[in-house]
Amino acid sequence: MLHDDTGRTLFEKSRPGQRGTGEIEWDVPRVGLDTLVPAKFRRKKAPRLPELSEGEVVRHFVNLSTKNHHIDKGFYPLGSCTMKYNPKVNESLARLAGFTTLHPLQPAETIQGALELMWRLERMLGEISGMDSVSLQPAAGAHGELTALLVVRAYHLSRGEDRRKVLIPDSAHGTNPASAAIAGFECVTVKSAPDGRTDVEDLKSKLGPDVAAFMITNPNTVGIFETRVEEICAACHAVGTQVYMDGANLNALVGITRPGDLGFDVMHFNLHKTFTTPHGGGGPGCGPIGVKSHLSAFLPSPRVENHEGKFTLAKPATSIGPVHGAFGNFLIMVRAYAYILAMGPEGLANVGHTAVLNANYLYAKIKEGMSCKFDGPYMHEFVLDGSPLKALGLHTSDFAKRLMDFGVYAPTIYFPLIVPEAMMIEPTETESRETLDRFAEIFLEVLRECKESPETVHSAPHNLPLKRVDDVKAAKDLILTHPFE
Amino acid sequence: MTHRFIPRTLVEEKEMLQATGVERFEDLLPAIPAHLRLARPLDVPAAQSEMALSRDIRRLAQKNKGMTEIVSFLGMGWTKHFIPAAVDSIVSRSEFTTAYTPYQAEASQGSLQQIFEYQTMVAEIAGTEISNASLYDGATALVEGLIMACACTKNRKQFALASNLNPRYREVAQTYSASNGWTFHDVAWTADEGALDRASIESVLATNSGKIAALVVQTPNTFGLLEDLSGLTDLCKAAGAVLVVVSDPLANLISDPPGAFGADIVVGEMLGLGLPTSLGGPSLGYLATWKKHLRQMPGRVVGRTVDAEGKRAYCLTAQTREQHIRREKATSNICSNQGLMTVACSVYLALQGPKGLEEVAEQCMTRLAYVRTGLAKAGIKPLFAGTPFQEQAFRLPSGSRARVEAACRTAGLLPGVWLSDLMANVPSETILVCTSETHSKSDLDLLVSILSSAGGAA
Repeated sequence: MLHDDTGRTLFEKSRPGQRGTGEIEWDVPRVGLDTLVPAKFRRKKAPRLPELSEGEVVRHFVNLSTKNHHIDKGFYPLGSCTMKYNPKVNESLARLAGFTTLHPLQPAETIQGALELMWRLERMLGEISGMDSVSLQPAAGAHGELTALLVVRAYHLSRGEDRRKVLIPDSAHGTNPASAAIAGFECVTVKSAPDGRTDVEDLKSKLGPDVAAFMITNPNTVGIFETRVEEICAACHAVGTQVYMDGANLNALVGITRPGDLGFDVMHFNLHKTFTTPHGGGGPGCGPIGVKSHLSAFLPSPRVENHEGKFTLAKPATSIGPVHGAFGNFLIMVRAYAYILAMGPEGLANVGHTAVLNANYLYAKIKEGMSCKFDGPYMHEFVLDGSPLKALGLHTSDFAKRLMDFGVYAPTIYFPLIVPEAMMIEPTETESRETLDRFAEIFLEVLRECKESPETVHSAPHNLPLKRVDDVKAAKDLILTHPFE
Repeated sequence: MTHRFIPRTLVEEKEMLQATGVERFEDLLPAIPAHLRLARPLDVPAAQSEMALSRDIRRLAQKNKGMTEIVSFLGMGWTKHFIPAAVDSIVSRSEFTTAYTPYQAEASQGSLQQIFEYQTMVAEIAGTEISNASLYDGATALVEGLIMACACTKNRKQFALASNLNPRYREVAQTYSASNGWTFHDVAWTADEGALDRASIESVLATNSGKIAALVVQTPNTFGLLEDLSGLTDLCKAAGAVLVVVSDPLANLISDPPGAFGADIVVGEMLGLGLPTSLGGPSLGYLATWKKHLRQMPGRVVGRTVDAEGKRAYCLTAQTREQHIRREKATSNICSNQGLMTVACSVYLALQGPKGLEEVAEQCMTRLAYVRTGLAKAGIKPLFAGTPFQEQAFRLPSGSRARVEAACRTAGLLPGVWLSDLMANVPSETILVCTSETHSKSDLDLLVSILSSAGGAA
């Protein structure tokens, strides 16, 4: 094939002397770099950036793009990542010049529309979650976790308490302990009970006046609701511990129940999950945090305030300070705001409802083949126990690679750690029944192959641009930039 | 019950419930105690059609005064540059926008190769060996650089911080310092040039001997002036510290990059290169460093390898540093970063190439020189002598700010950042003016004329 340039980089296509932009007109006197920059500063060796025409650059990136699986093309059942359809109107509205051309240091009176949008979005997220105040500043979910823990720490310090421990379930996302460590806390692991929920007795035995927060994902990472949530919150509150809800799985709860009503003090949202902003191949996300009123004063500055329709920026003395150079990922907020307007109360209720129905429907269709370690019904996702594959000489990773041969992405695998050979499947509410049915057929077909022709599965994928990628070699060689020589 | 984003008819719903083995949807929620369920509709605005919500949001956009309406000379790390149409054309492709972090390499080669190329270009610009896949923004990239510096120095927790560092970045670092037990020691700037004061560096390093994790400097500094980085790594090495440099990538096209001076960690903001300013986000933080520091580096990184048939392939690698493997021992908590912004930046850099970028840099500097010459005629001088890149602090006569602001409002112009609003120890009438290739001669003339008349000697 003429353009089958598998893996060939921009740098190998580059030819000295070519460029993809035209020279900019000079309407002011040109004095030259030699005059403007003293010799002692001048760059001696130019960066080896590609030299290509516009058409070549476009073709390069368009060809690259065709090698990605993506939600507009097909099913993306990546558990915990909530890969749902991203409405197109969000994209066009986020590109309005009235948003994209704003500068973060403009006077507040020149960005009234942006501040109003943020102010309104904060209140919408507050209503959806049952939280009293929201900060939109964190740029991603993990950034929200970290920010929330800084808020919790400031709260305790304001009461003269220097609490140093954070409790985290063994089923938690890796970001939870990592955020706690970066926020200066010591992490203590809480065990899971045999039903996959938090071992409340283990939690209680570890609570105490030195525990700043308990971080819990609800529904948890095996897709089930923490039924004893009120008891958990009460036990924490009895010793002054703040209860943090990791909102990665909020999609399951929208319109069904609210974290604030369940007793949580603080949480984060992933606008790039629940609120349909695109994942972008790894961001930009947006990880707002919501808090109950006793934590509001500590939220990051600046805060947007509404004085009878005039929006201003405030820096409360009690704030932890800014956690981002500007306001966070503002254009992501525009998209989420558009989404909430498109949904309305009934539409939002339909989100949690259909996400839960789809997960349970899909599980019903495949459980004959492979089952979950913990009993359902499930919320928005379920986690299969892939250990039966081992008897066939196979692993979950093999199964995942083979699934991709059928035009779907793989589930999240090997997470959470409390399920062996885990395979976490989250269909979301935006998939049709036909897609779910077809995926179930594919799943069962791959399972048949595991028994009848395991080698096909073991050597998958077969229908993708590449065969199995050697990640061990990557970690050994560590070629992290193009080797020019 | 149906919604345009949710493909479910009532008939399907009924059949699916049956197939699931329940009669009613509520039967799927036994785990949620009934009294905890929301018994009312959410109090959010009623659902709107695409037409109505577009109107609502357009109205909000119109309430802002963007740079299409206002001539703005604001900069400070968020710089407006022209973006070729090809950038948005590529970055709008749903193959890039609607993919997830490329966990499954075989179905994500597009994003993976693009990130690999981006890493290469960042390292080339910064003059280092490697770069990660991106961080949130310049300010948080600095914080990650500080965390990394601690790890590179067996957990030292004190920093020698240039006083002429971007005050916004400094403020964000301050937020994180409380929990990390960090201490910042100020390095003074020189009275004549506003540049790093070598004596001050030596004194901070000597006074806190054996405790300083990093010397943290910025080039161009907050006054817009290039810093001379020579000799700094020697000072750091002698003190057992690392050198962290906050650097403007475009300035690195015309001046020797921090890597050329052996800076250990180079961080900053890529936003100007292919991304609109967008109220400061989505932005694009970068972090470039050396292979010897890889184990301390935060964030994702893509490596080159082969597939089972020996064909070239790319995948996420060196993941044992990361939160999903190392949990509380990870080098950072970062997960989602700014992936799509690296697509925009990559396309921009590839279109420009070294010549195009150098030309943009020259355009920016030339336009600033034009302003400087114009202001000098009215007796308005830079706050400091030195070599400015595309930004420079000018000192207006005391008491002129209100007049300047009024004149600018009338003219629809934002003349720059009033530095004393953000920094201590700068005169109150100091304005930081940022020019770029997007400013026409008439924009520059307007700025010069307003500052010269309203801001000239009273």
